[in-house]
Amino acid sequence: MPAIHLRLGAISAALALLAATTSPSAAQKKYDIGASDSEIKIGNIMPYSGAASAYGVIGKTEEAYFRKINAEGGINGRKITYISYDDAYTPPKTVEQARKLVESDEVLLIFNSLGTPPNSAIQKYMNQKKVPQLFVATGATKWNDPREFPWTMGWQPNYQSESIIYAKYILKNKPDAKIAVLYQNDDYGKDYLKGFKDGLGAKAASMIVAEDSYEVTEPTIDSHIVRLKASGADVFFNITTPKFAAQAIKKNAELNWHPLHFLNNVSGSIGSVIKPAGFENAQDIISSQYFKDPTDPQWKTDKAMIAWNEFLDKYYPEANRADASVMYAYIVSQGLVHVLKACGDDLTRENVMKQAASIRDYEPGGLLPGVKVNTSATDFAPLSQLQLIRFKGQTWERFGEILSGDVGG
Amino acid sequence: MSAAEEIVTEAAAVEAVPKRAMTLGYGTSLVVLAALILIPLFVKNFIIFQMTMLLIYALAVMALNILTGGSGQFSLGQSAFYAVGAYTSAILMEHAGMNYALTLPIAGIVCFGFGFLFGQPALRLSGVYLALATFALATAMPQLLKLGYFEHWTGGVQGLVVTKPDAPFGLPMSQDMWLYYFTLAVSIGIYIASVNLLRSRSGRAFMAIRDNEIAASAMGVDVALYKTLAFGVSAGITGVAGGLGAIAVQFVAPDGYTIQLAISLFLGMVVGGVGWLPGSIVGSAFIIFVPNIAEGISKGLSGAVFGVLLFLVIFLVPHGARQVAIVAQQLAAKLKKN
Repeated sequence: MPAIHLRLGAISAALALLAATTSPSAAQKKYDIGASDSEIKIGNIMPYSGAASAYGVIGKTEEAYFRKINAEGGINGRKITYISYDDAYTPPKTVEQARKLVESDEVLLIFNSLGTPPNSAIQKYMNQKKVPQLFVATGATKWNDPREFPWTMGWQPNYQSESIIYAKYILKNKPDAKIAVLYQNDDYGKDYLKGFKDGLGAKAASMIVAEDSYEVTEPTIDSHIVRLKASGADVFFNITTPKFAAQAIKKNAELNWHPLHFLNNVSGSIGSVIKPAGFENAQDIISSQYFKDPTDPQWKTDKAMIAWNEFLDKYYPEANRADASVMYAYIVSQGLVHVLKACGDDLTRENVMKQAASIRDYEPGGLLPGVKVNTSATDFAPLSQLQLIRFKGQTWERFGEILSGDVGG
Repeated sequence: MSAAEEIVTEAAAVEAVPKRAMTLGYGTSLVVLAALILIPLFVKNFIIFQMTMLLIYALAVMALNILTGGSGQFSLGQSAFYAVGAYTSAILMEHAGMNYALTLPIAGIVCFGFGFLFGQPALRLSGVYLALATFALATAMPQLLKLGYFEHWTGGVQGLVVTKPDAPFGLPMSQDMWLYYFTLAVSIGIYIASVNLLRSRSGRAFMAIRDNEIAASAMGVDVALYKTLAFGVSAGITGVAGGLGAIAVQFVAPDGYTIQLAISLFLGMVVGGVGWLPGSIVGSAFIIFVPNIAEGISKGLSGAVFGVLLFLVIFLVPHGARQVAIVAQQLAAKLKKN
């Protein structure tokens, strides 16, 4: 019966047409929990209270940055909903907050949660749940472990790669050095120390003549410096957090001890370390950097720095611009936006990790010239380049080339 | 005894709570129990997890309540016992491959011994001095856990990751739900044992010491023994709570057991009502949920908001949940009459 044939033909043609018009968009738009046509839910955990509350600034800056992104139209038309909770830097609370974010608020991913113990506490859970734990805010080396933990990714150059860079420098320029090391007695200090010893290799035992550690609760580290000076060392590796770094620099000058001084980049801030310690006391200290120090006058007219200032003026005017954490948060937020943009309309957790693991030579505003973000399926350490810097006058002078010391977890 | 000392001991004395008033009536107990059994069937896993933590902290608060409300001794060092219990369980599970349920009694015994030993020197102290001595224990603990000598076992500052147990016998429930019911069973067991302890001869000895040490010793109570025993029991229960906490959180690290935890537990006890065991769960709810509420009101000022809420509680109901319960009971009695 031709009539029926005709009709069937018409129907199938219509169906084909329908399929042709609807299927591409249906195939393109894929969502997991936490993403939709209009929003992307991002979770975050920060120590807004407790001992590490100084870092809470990072969460506030990120919130401000996502407000800016939303005001400018969002990511591919979707607004970011940023939910940030306080864990007071206590691991049990971190677990509670992470579960709240994943199971109750139903976020797409947890971004830039802060601290090594808190992130260690939730790493297994996040990987079991297959929810991205993206760009964690800690420099520990263990986050670069895609085989064991494919849902966890670090961000900043890790402590070990940094101290390897110093060790290489010492081996090359001062092979007969007698080294004194002062480190904070926790995961951060020990990670640095391990990298340093690995970097020195077989010569570590003979080159390191003194090793001393302090507790973060000590009011002053003066006595440690006196002890280290007595060892007769001519190189000093200073693995301390800002308050103690300033004390160490000052005490060195008081004791008239002038070793070749390496300062970890945790304490590289001019505003919060060098200035309080006195510019004259900090001459020739060597450190390393990967982003621009906002208190450094050499960046005053820099394009990225102007953009940063404009962003803060408009969205976070009360920010303390001497605080390196504000710059840190600004850069890492750009990193997340970059990844989410790359996801396009496929906002599944799997695709988020896939895009995060395929960043090529990305340069968010605020990084030093030449430093780039790079990841791959086997490299979950987005930033691993640093440049050595030496303090001259009132500013850091960069010297040498951009160095890299990739270490896996 | 100098005048100053007298004042201190007087100020430190805990208000006498008659032992009848230490527990709930049967009817109310059953209602609470039914709620604790049924609620998890209808809520999300995350809420079940929170309820598990609620029970665990309630156990720890109750342990402190036995010490302070029962025997009149103060402790700001409960976080240390909690940490020892947590680490005992975690190390036995992860290094010795022991079943999680078996690690709990061991954690309890280890902590009992630890608390009993600590109770010996603490005997010489009372009131605020005892509080300070235990405070020292709480501040020392996180650093002891970080010591290099133990690092092979404790994992140092990195802590230890603990594997969460699955439901046994192929029961069709999630890990969270199983752990909740497991915790509930343990909690009920310890609660009943504690109530019985306080009603027993030993419990009467505790309370006699609390009310008047000299009179108690005149009546033939071995003050030294019962004071250290109270410390031991309290530490033992806290240790079991710590072990459960380690399994529920799946992670132990020194930073999880700071003085902050000890103060939270102390707070929980006061809010729940000193010497009123059922109040422990109310106190536990306060220390878990009120910080979240405070954070919801203002992120930057969460600490201040928490302080204001705490102040309100202390000001309006100084005897904590016990006071609320008594008022509610009186209201109910009045309604019945009418």
